[in-house]
Amino acid sequence: MSEVIDRPLREDEKPAASRLRIVDCDVHPSLHSFDDLNEFLPKRWQQHLKEYGSHLRTPYLFTTPYPRSSPLIARRDAWPPTGGPPGSDLAFMQKQHLDPLDVEFGILQVLDLFIFSQQNLEFGAAIQRAINDWQLALWSHRDPRLKASILVGQDGVDLAIAEIERCAKIGEYVQINVSPRANEPLGRRRYWPIYERAQELDLPLGIHVGGYGGHAPTGGGWPSYYVEEHQSNAHTIAAQLASLVIEGVPERFPKLKFVFIEGGFGWIPSAVWRMDQHFERFRSEVPHLKRKPSEYVREHFWFTTQPIDEPDEARHLRSLIEWVGIDRLLFSSDYPHWDFDDPRFAFKTPLTDAERRKIFSTNARAVYKF
Amino acid sequence: MARHIVASTSEIPPGGNKVVDVAGRDIVVFHVNGEFFALLNRCPHEGAPLEKAACVARLTSPEPGIYQRSRVGEMLRCPWHGWEFDMRNGQSWFDPKRVKIRSYPVAVERGEELQKGLYVAETFPVHVEDSYVIVEV
Repeated sequence: MSEVIDRPLREDEKPAASRLRIVDCDVHPSLHSFDDLNEFLPKRWQQHLKEYGSHLRTPYLFTTPYPRSSPLIARRDAWPPTGGPPGSDLAFMQKQHLDPLDVEFGILQVLDLFIFSQQNLEFGAAIQRAINDWQLALWSHRDPRLKASILVGQDGVDLAIAEIERCAKIGEYVQINVSPRANEPLGRRRYWPIYERAQELDLPLGIHVGGYGGHAPTGGGWPSYYVEEHQSNAHTIAAQLASLVIEGVPERFPKLKFVFIEGGFGWIPSAVWRMDQHFERFRSEVPHLKRKPSEYVREHFWFTTQPIDEPDEARHLRSLIEWVGIDRLLFSSDYPHWDFDDPRFAFKTPLTDAERRKIFSTNARAVYKF
Repeated sequence: MARHIVASTSEIPPGGNKVVDVAGRDIVVFHVNGEFFALLNRCPHEGAPLEKAACVARLTSPEPGIYQRSRVGEMLRCPWHGWEFDMRNGQSWFDPKRVKIRSYPVAVERGEELQKGLYVAETFPVHVEDSYVIVEV
């Protein structure tokens, strides 16, 4: 009898219906305290962190308050029994999230220390470097399911490139994360050296919504309410998608991949329809675009699913998914934050096994090359 | 429907809760302002464990700038997405007809009364001098 026939089925070969391991593209680890960073941060910047803390672009005092809907924007059941903030205890994350939901890979997204918004660019770069090392030492190396991202602030392009080079040599990172709210719209040329390097290294650019830039989070100015600001995540990221496409970034870098994280996907069809429509009328203004905006979007951009839109009728969610494209969507939970999506219950519309496999696993595996 | 003795009243402090397994169901019993409420321990939206929910007040506003709190501690706010439910009947505050948590009748009885009756949860030791929470499933 041949060895092949004799061999028992491995877990990953079992049919999807009985077992669907998921790739979660948005998992938030947290610092237990700033002291966590000491072993990765030069003394000079440890001292700076203690004496000066963050200097951000946000114009008002105390505009980064917690709680926002819930303390540390976290699920109330995600506080580790050992103390510390949600997301700071690997063992608890494994027990509450990775193991029960059968997460095959989780991509780490660090938000601590307003990492992209530091005005002192050298301090920002030192923090980014420390957090990049911390992701490997305290997370990826202790649980190989967890994949780290290279965090860089794109407003210090030279510092960002140096950090990308350093991390790329280590070779364990799956994407380069830049700010969703930089000083200028993301398509601007000053940021292109980062995109060029990302293309050469074949690393996707991850853009996680939120945080603080120098601009009001809505086109209309500063909102009064958190519910209003949270809504603005979708149009902030829609503006960045338009900037990247219309400035010609995908045209200039034909192999570049972008992943928009935590922006949801309900807004995409109308944003893309409108861009195409305007392109017909204004194409002489942007002759560097050789194709319709929607074509660039369908080849260069992926979108994580959370926070999932919940129309009253399931078939509307189904149409939305089809408009955006089943191949464009990457499942994300946003664990441990308050608007977490549970992969078992979040999609309140029927999906075939093949579609589920794409959204929950194979799309992400293709983008991140697991 | 059978009656199950699930706890002594002193076991669930005001504002606290206890999760009990009754006939295979994961049920959470809350103690609010001297009353007890029993609900399925699962949010109907994405399945969050309601034992971790916040017990909050109903907050209403007749117009911008004017706020009123009522029924303090009787509204349940899901630990994940903050959906609010009325602890008395499990109805959601925003869509009471379509979205609700399964709720169960609760009674509080003295041990001396219980010892006379025929009750299901015989594994729970009953003392004549105490009071007990009984859930009907």
